[in-house]
Amino acid sequence: MANTVLQVENLVIHYGSTSAVDDTSFSVTAGQVTALVGPNGAGKTSTVEVCTGLRAATSGSVALFGRSPADAASRSRIGVMLQTGGLYPTAKPLEWLTYLAKLYPDPADPITLLKTLGIDPATKTTTRRLSGGEQQRVKLAAALLPNPELLFLDEPTAGLDPAARRELLAALGALRDLGTAIVLTTHQLGDVEEIADFVLVMVAGKIVASGTVAALTGAADITSFRATSGIDLNGLTSALGAQFQVMEIKPGQYEVRGQASPQLLADITKWCAATGIQATEIRSGGRTLEDIVIAATEVKQ
Amino acid sequence: MITSWARTRAHTGWELRLLLRNGEQLLLVFIIPIVLVLALGLTSFVPGGIDAAIPKVLSISILATCFTSLAIATGFERRSGALRFLATTSLTRANLLAGKAIATAVVTLLSMLVVLLLGVLLGWRPGWAWPLSILIALLGAFTFAAWGLFLAGALRAEAVLAVANGVFLTLILFGGIIISPDQMPNILGSIIEFTPSAALVDALTIALTNQTPSTAELLPPAIVLAVWGSIGALLARRYFRWE
Repeated sequence: MANTVLQVENLVIHYGSTSAVDDTSFSVTAGQVTALVGPNGAGKTSTVEVCTGLRAATSGSVALFGRSPADAASRSRIGVMLQTGGLYPTAKPLEWLTYLAKLYPDPADPITLLKTLGIDPATKTTTRRLSGGEQQRVKLAAALLPNPELLFLDEPTAGLDPAARRELLAALGALRDLGTAIVLTTHQLGDVEEIADFVLVMVAGKIVASGTVAALTGAADITSFRATSGIDLNGLTSALGAQFQVMEIKPGQYEVRGQASPQLLADITKWCAATGIQATEIRSGGRTLEDIVIAATEVKQ
Repeated sequence: MITSWARTRAHTGWELRLLLRNGEQLLLVFIIPIVLVLALGLTSFVPGGIDAAIPKVLSISILATCFTSLAIATGFERRSGALRFLATTSLTRANLLAGKAIATAVVTLLSMLVVLLLGVLLGWRPGWAWPLSILIALLGAFTFAAWGLFLAGALRAEAVLAVANGVFLTLILFGGIIISPDQMPNILGSIIEFTPSAALVDALTIALTNQTPSTAELLPPAIVLAVWGSIGALLARRYFRWE
């Protein structure tokens, strides 16, 4: 496939006797945002570390633009924003970026990049003394500096205020439209729902679900609500009709599977009112990504 | 594509920039050697006066710059995650290690120049073979830098600080620098002659003070240094970790 920029096949990563990633395969396509989500310890960071050349795989293969991530030429085509690291503590932002620019064949202009991201290029403040949000933006500048064809972002919106977060997501959308592939690792599932074209849900070292956000969240066939635990599921099913299936997926959290519609919402609230049940958070259009990740985690455990 | 040499050059420039503006580094590389030349050269603390003092000060300076300072700085770069990030760029481990080694060698030569000039100002006159001391200093720089990078890349940053300072003080006091091996009990002195610090002092003394140093005199300490350096370089190459 001509537009596949990253191909991971049967990746296995062990730390001593501990398995971090277990036979994982996926690919990343140019011009798409691929989100890697999952609970802590799922193996996301280990996977990204292997893909960016930071760590060697125990077995399996990773091809970055068809070559090994250990190859400097393939790494010169990627940009990486790590959750920890990415700054030189005693360096000023501009001098750090000016140095990094010398490592790439076609870098962006560090001054323009800093200005675009709201950092004063003339600042005398060293990166360790910048605020959390400013540090995050300098790290992003370092990731964007190579004009990368593939951008790895680990928790890019951490520490950003809502306005800066919104600007960042818009900027990533613009990069995607220009053909840059983006691999996004984050716990901010709202960001993923907003920007990701493809989602990989990783739990305990394995990809347990994958697809577009719409496909994963079940599009329009689930209506959910909260109420006290142990309501009469048969009674509600009878009221809604046999074409619907009602389940209590966890205590106090209910799902009605079947075509969502305004009539269905009305029937649920009507039945709740008639039986004296206070229903809250009634939502149609499928589960959230958070529901998916939590459910996948619980199943795996 | 940026060539490997261009990346090494870029990293060398970065290291030099950091080295030459760091107050602690300047203290180790320039101020302490100057104070030591004055203290040892103008007093009778070290037998042999300034002739004996200059090689010792140069050895301390090389040890401080290429081992202690390099190890501690690299250890902290690892702890801050800066090296972790650099590993994702086009910089290779060889580029990083070579950049650090070259920058350290340049600073070592600058430090050496200051010490030698100060010695001359104080009336010291080197032997005719003094240019040999530059080669020996570079061999010493390679040896201690290899071990410094091995420590920095293999141990935790906190451990690097403790071990690098501990080894530094031990080698100065008991590694043939302040107290010569021939002033020590026989067996101990013979063992200490095989330490890299004693070999460096020995080789520098021969090159700087003998008018016509022979290969037979210079070769044994040079071999000791080269063996230590080769082992350190192999260990650094094998065990250096970015994070």
